[in-house]
Amino acid sequence: MRNRNGSRALKTLLVAGLVMGLLGMVVTGCGGSTTTTTAPPATEAASPATTSAPSTTETTAAPLSASLTGAGATFPGPLYTEWIGAFQKDNPGVTINYQAIGSGGGIQQFSQGTVDFGASDAPMKDEEITAAEAKSGAKALHIPTVFGAVTVTYNVAGLDSLKLDNDTLAGIFLGDIKTWNDAKIVALNPGAKLPGDPIQVVHRSDSSGTTDIFTSYLTEVSPTWKEKVGKGKEVKWPVGVGGQGNKGVAAVVQQQPGSVGYVELTYATESKLPVAELKNKAGTFVKPTLESTSAAAKGASFPADLRFSVANSDQPEAYPIVGATWILAWDKMQDPAKAQALKAWLTWSLNNGTDIATQLGYAPLPDDLKALALAKVDAIQ
Amino acid sequence: MLAGLLVLLFLAGMVFSTTRTALPIFREAGLSFFTSTDWQPTAGHYGALAFIYGTVVTSAIALVVGVPLSLGVALFLTEISPRRIRGPLTYLVDLLAMVPSVVYGLWGILFLLPHFLQPVAVFLNRYLGFIPFFRGPVSGLSYFGAGIVLAVMIIPIVSSLSREVFSAVPVEDRHAAYALGATRWEMIRGAVLSRGRAGVVGAVMLGMGRAFGETIAVALLIGSRPEVSVSFLQPGYSMAAVIANTFQEANGSGIAALVAIGVVLFVITIIVNMVARALVWRFVR
Amino acid sequence: MNGIDAAIPVAGESTLNRWTDERVASGRRWRNRLMAGFMGAALAVSVSVVGLILLYVVKAGLGAMSWEFLTQPPPYSYRLEGGGFVNGLIGTAIMLVFATVVSAPMGVMAAVYLAEYGGKGTLAKLIRFFSDVMTGVPSVFVGLFVYTALVTSFGFGASMGAIALTIIMLPIIIRSSEEMLRLVPRDLKDASHALGASKSQTIVRVVLPSAAPGISTGVMLAVARAAGETAPLILTILGAQAIVTKLWDEAIAALPLQIFDGARNPFAAGVERAWAGALELVVIVLAFTLLARLLASRSRI
Repeated sequence: MRNRNGSRALKTLLVAGLVMGLLGMVVTGCGGSTTTTTAPPATEAASPATTSAPSTTETTAAPLSASLTGAGATFPGPLYTEWIGAFQKDNPGVTINYQAIGSGGGIQQFSQGTVDFGASDAPMKDEEITAAEAKSGAKALHIPTVFGAVTVTYNVAGLDSLKLDNDTLAGIFLGDIKTWNDAKIVALNPGAKLPGDPIQVVHRSDSSGTTDIFTSYLTEVSPTWKEKVGKGKEVKWPVGVGGQGNKGVAAVVQQQPGSVGYVELTYATESKLPVAELKNKAGTFVKPTLESTSAAAKGASFPADLRFSVANSDQPEAYPIVGATWILAWDKMQDPAKAQALKAWLTWSLNNGTDIATQLGYAPLPDDLKALALAKVDAIQ
Repeated sequence: MLAGLLVLLFLAGMVFSTTRTALPIFREAGLSFFTSTDWQPTAGHYGALAFIYGTVVTSAIALVVGVPLSLGVALFLTEISPRRIRGPLTYLVDLLAMVPSVVYGLWGILFLLPHFLQPVAVFLNRYLGFIPFFRGPVSGLSYFGAGIVLAVMIIPIVSSLSREVFSAVPVEDRHAAYALGATRWEMIRGAVLSRGRAGVVGAVMLGMGRAFGETIAVALLIGSRPEVSVSFLQPGYSMAAVIANTFQEANGSGIAALVAIGVVLFVITIIVNMVARALVWRFVR
Repeated sequence: MNGIDAAIPVAGESTLNRWTDERVASGRRWRNRLMAGFMGAALAVSVSVVGLILLYVVKAGLGAMSWEFLTQPPPYSYRLEGGGFVNGLIGTAIMLVFATVVSAPMGVMAAVYLAEYGGKGTLAKLIRFFSDVMTGVPSVFVGLFVYTALVTSFGFGASMGAIALTIIMLPIIIRSSEEMLRLVPRDLKDASHALGASKSQTIVRVVLPSAAPGISTGVMLAVARAAGETAPLILTILGAQAIVTKLWDEAIAALPLQIFDGARNPFAAGVERAWAGALELVVIVLAFTLLARLLASRSRI
């Protein structure tokens, strides 16, 4: 050190600083070939981009160009993600970012205005709407997109099918039925290989529309459940461990032998987890499928604001725990480019997205409801 | 040149901004914030006891398991290990500090849980189940699971600080102990450990501070259940974990309530840290 | 003679040690060996945990690692395999650069103040103490602060995450830089003063350059720490699926967030990507750590 050249050492500092910057981009990426094209953050940073309005043309005839952020329900998460992917292929100018954080979060972020649209499988409550509309000055729209089944999924070695009735289901989630070979489960499943292992209940730890659908159903069919737990996006669970989002619940069920949880159908089928058959109002055991989900939507009635419920249908072939899921949007959006893009995406999805939906096990809207939903989409400005 | 003031400014800003958000919750919940386990922010119930309890229990497990290991490592490296392999071994242990907590979480839930935590939990329950701490039913996602991963995470902190403390014990003290006919362990106990006690306590408290504040790994492993259970093999929740898990979907008062938990966590860790720093400083400087 | 007896405890101490060992009662000797055995076992456990983590991350990560993973964002589907975390890598890089550009100069300036001007004054002591304390503030709390103070008004975005990382890095840089500045020999400063240089000239021309490698080491370690931070990002950047390069007003992805998401994912494809992401992140963190060591070994003040 004694006679180190000062300027050389200063260079070390400068180089170190530079290396910092570059490393962040290149070296550590272990070679991102696209970094040169995909990461010009320096230039991006230079332009201030101060407000929410990106510089876009306001003409509707021009190709759509906007970036939208949405957040909410995990229940339709897999579907929205694929809808967005397919839509963006045809409309490269549009970027839609949907974060599946839970219905409660969707309503929250939507009301706060931190996202452009929300999503929820439980309609907003009246007081939530009043508060949100007072803050934004626009009207909140509920746009239904699909129906989905909330399935009871489990992880028991060698048990591929399982029948449950309302009493047993409530008993399991109340913690009254503690082991897999409980007499009540055995009675419904003669001949099934039921082990004596303890049942590990898995529920949602976040504020969830799926929970709302599930607990609303249990509240309707089980007086004990109604008295002890009740319904809502979050309830005080008597037993069990929590999982974050539909994904989280499915992940915990998958990781923990002996567990049982409730998730939207896609999450169970895509995770290769079995689902239980439930006894519906008509008294038949029904497996959750696309058909039994669609059946539940039959004969439902829809109020003008499209906040409706289709749970516990009396159709004989209907799966009992079915819910709709909604996109939440403002009728007056501040940025016309964003409004156009959101309208285009929703219209495309409701009309052309039905194939993707059915592949994933979601039931598309019946025609009458679809017309009502599209009318709501048109109301966005 | 007064950029240093910025640190104080940040700290003051943190305290101010968060406390302001959290104040209505403290005012509304009062003492019940610390005594109730009824946590339903949407319904106006703000009992955070289960989270505070979970943080304390997981940290305690981490300390009980992690501190002896850390001290063992530190003593081995300063007192026993031949000089030649000391460097590489130290580096290996310090690597533990460089693993991001999200990687601990991923590894914990996908590798450690099925291969270690679950079997050990079942074993503890089978043979020690008569002790309330190990009562069933067994859940792999539990205070125990989170505590074990935390134990691993505090090893590098506690061991590297204790190593500094041990190295600071004067050679003369060791010589004196040997001269009195002590074995090596007696020398360590009499000279190294007793001289370094304050420093070691400080190191342990810094580890505790880390355990209190650790978020992601705990969020993945604790089981996300807002209840107080005596058994370590039951799922629970911690303060940091509940913030990370439920922040994005919380509504107005829910966010304020989570911020309130954050403030409590902050106050606890700050106190622990201040005491710990004071102890370590006294020794190493 | 087992390992402990053969080892050399303190230089030049071996003969003395052997002398005592031969004469002590067997109970004491037995305890001596037991404790030594425990220490060895503790080290073995710790080292094997390091090994287990790294091995497993590398094994599972390599299985899913590919060129595609490094260069593509994840697919718009939960079901599909393929794709990668390049969007998270870009987000992480943007935030790290931003946070370093802000926190490094500020931290070094603060350190200069502490080492050269503040001395033993009350203010300097206070700053030093609270910098140390700040390194212990839970990172999730930093996230809460940025959310309540900024995100509620400005929305999620890279800049918000970068501010959180800045707050985390700043105290680390201040404290390590100060240590390095203090190591600059007195003679050097005196020589500079003797040549007629003012205090500020001395600092800029002499003190900072000679401490540069050491300071860079501290900065690198701070970057390594920030790169792996997850909790504050949950509250400040939200996450995104597409490649985002905006600093403001748009949620952005980050590598640790994507791994966190993958850890709670039941879909095989998602879990695979999470492992590859973990490998990528560990390599990044280790790269910065190694760089720090390299710079440190160059600094021989």
